[in-house]
Amino acid sequence: MSLLEVKDLTIDFSGEEATFQAVHGISFSMDEGKTLAIVGESGSGKSVTALSLAQLLPPEPACKVRGEVLFAGVNLLKLNSRDIRSYRGKRIAYIFQEPSTSLNPVLTVGFQIEEAVRLHQPSLENPRLEVVRLLEQVGIDQPSRRVRDYPHQLSGGMQQRVMIAMALACRPQILVADEPTTALDVTIQKQILDLLKSLKEQTGMGVILITHNFGIVSGFANDVLVMFRGTIVEHGSAADVLKNPQHPYTKALLACVPRIGERRTRLTTIDYAQL
Amino acid sequence: MPNSEPSSPPLLEVKNLKVYFRSGGISRFLEEEHEIRAVDDVSFEIKKGTTVGLVGESGSGKTTVGKAIVHLARPESGTIRFARTDITHLNRRLMLPYRRKIQVIFQDPYSSLNPRLTIESTIAEPLQIHFPEMDKNARRERILELLTMVGLEKKHLSRYPHEFSGGQRQRIGIARALAVKPEFIICDEAVSALDVSVQAQIVNLLLDLQEQFHLTYLFIAHDLAIVEHMSDQILVMNHGKIVEHGPAETVCSTPAHDYTRKLLAAVPKF
Repeated sequence: MSLLEVKDLTIDFSGEEATFQAVHGISFSMDEGKTLAIVGESGSGKSVTALSLAQLLPPEPACKVRGEVLFAGVNLLKLNSRDIRSYRGKRIAYIFQEPSTSLNPVLTVGFQIEEAVRLHQPSLENPRLEVVRLLEQVGIDQPSRRVRDYPHQLSGGMQQRVMIAMALACRPQILVADEPTTALDVTIQKQILDLLKSLKEQTGMGVILITHNFGIVSGFANDVLVMFRGTIVEHGSAADVLKNPQHPYTKALLACVPRIGERRTRLTTIDYAQL
Repeated sequence: MPNSEPSSPPLLEVKNLKVYFRSGGISRFLEEEHEIRAVDDVSFEIKKGTTVGLVGESGSGKTTVGKAIVHLARPESGTIRFARTDITHLNRRLMLPYRRKIQVIFQDPYSSLNPRLTIESTIAEPLQIHFPEMDKNARRERILELLTMVGLEKKHLSRYPHEFSGGQRQRIGIARALAVKPEFIICDEAVSALDVSVQAQIVNLLLDLQEQFHLTYLFIAHDLAIVEHMSDQILVMNHGKIVEHGPAETVCSTPAHDYTRKLLAAVPKF
């Protein structure tokens, strides 16, 4: 059985006059310990899909989520605000695009990670030790000194490592990474992706990677979902989708990634009228 | 390279440029003076109609090089020549014509547009400064022409920045830069904040505009794949110094410096 099963998920946002349907009845599933990449452009519905899994979208009537999100058989969409907490952050953890906006600027990073540790592992006697261990696990140098740093004292890549440490504090079964490297340099992007890959192997957690860039999917994800205007246009193993894309939108999205060795030619752009 | 003749003099010449930052304020009394050599003895030239790519990680000093050219950072020493004129120490009044000839397109199209100005006022501002003789009708016509050039429409004139997507805002930034008929444009991470699909559109737009107006670019970015795509020559910068430079295809196919190899290895391959 799949660890996560999404069935006929529909997400509506209601405005003053009209309702906008961001996601139109999509279904997919994910096995334990696997990596699923959801690829699409801004506005394709990929982020709201990810947020809906742990009830992170605004409540009704602003936003209406229908369908089923089954986590080990439990429909998360039906849980009340108290019961969802044993899933949100704990079994399904999130990291987001801009680490500097996810961290509190007036608290040390050690305090912020410790908060997560205390909440999810209340039986621990010395949570500070766990914080240092987590920082070490995400590859931060001199972790016992770094716990006293404030977010502004860390680079973007280090801040994202702190966010990952915080997410790991709950020992989640699924880590949702929503554009985790979009705000980072390509060299730092590679470091963070390598880190996520090795953490996945160490802990056995599954990862849902949300991205607009097909370039980072290869060598990282097992399966790929391609989203376009709120629907899934292609779904398959990463190797198949990358090598042999079927849908014209997938082909176009793959073609617009710049590659080394193609100098001063026009890049392929997506012709939306053709889709 | 369609537009460059090896014999033509460079449009921009940067020689032994050094920009240092010192910790100021109270920390100067508390600590030893701390000096950061953001740009440390950098020299390069750009021929008219060509693109030089400047690549490096955050903190390598690449943005500071661009800032020094337009007097947004003060050089410690070195010279910057534009069309053979030394512009390094020109005062505000004498620099004004060069501010027209040299334009900048910034990374973040959200923070580089004034949220309280309509698109028409945003693009009108540089025209009012550099072409004060232009009357209102002529100005409006010019703004419309610019919007069409970058793929926007007349209906967008009276809208505000928040009503546009990231890619559209970058187009507005490009229209504003083009408004004053520049010769040289510094693109500082101009496509880095955009989705790959939108990035491709903006790259194509920059290439088309270069051909149409014979523009010269300094293309600053951290992603070697996109820099290679845009550039004739590439400069690789690390810790304030240029560690490698050469024709784009040479730098990318046979990188000589370890740091360039590291940047190349970071480009996703599939």
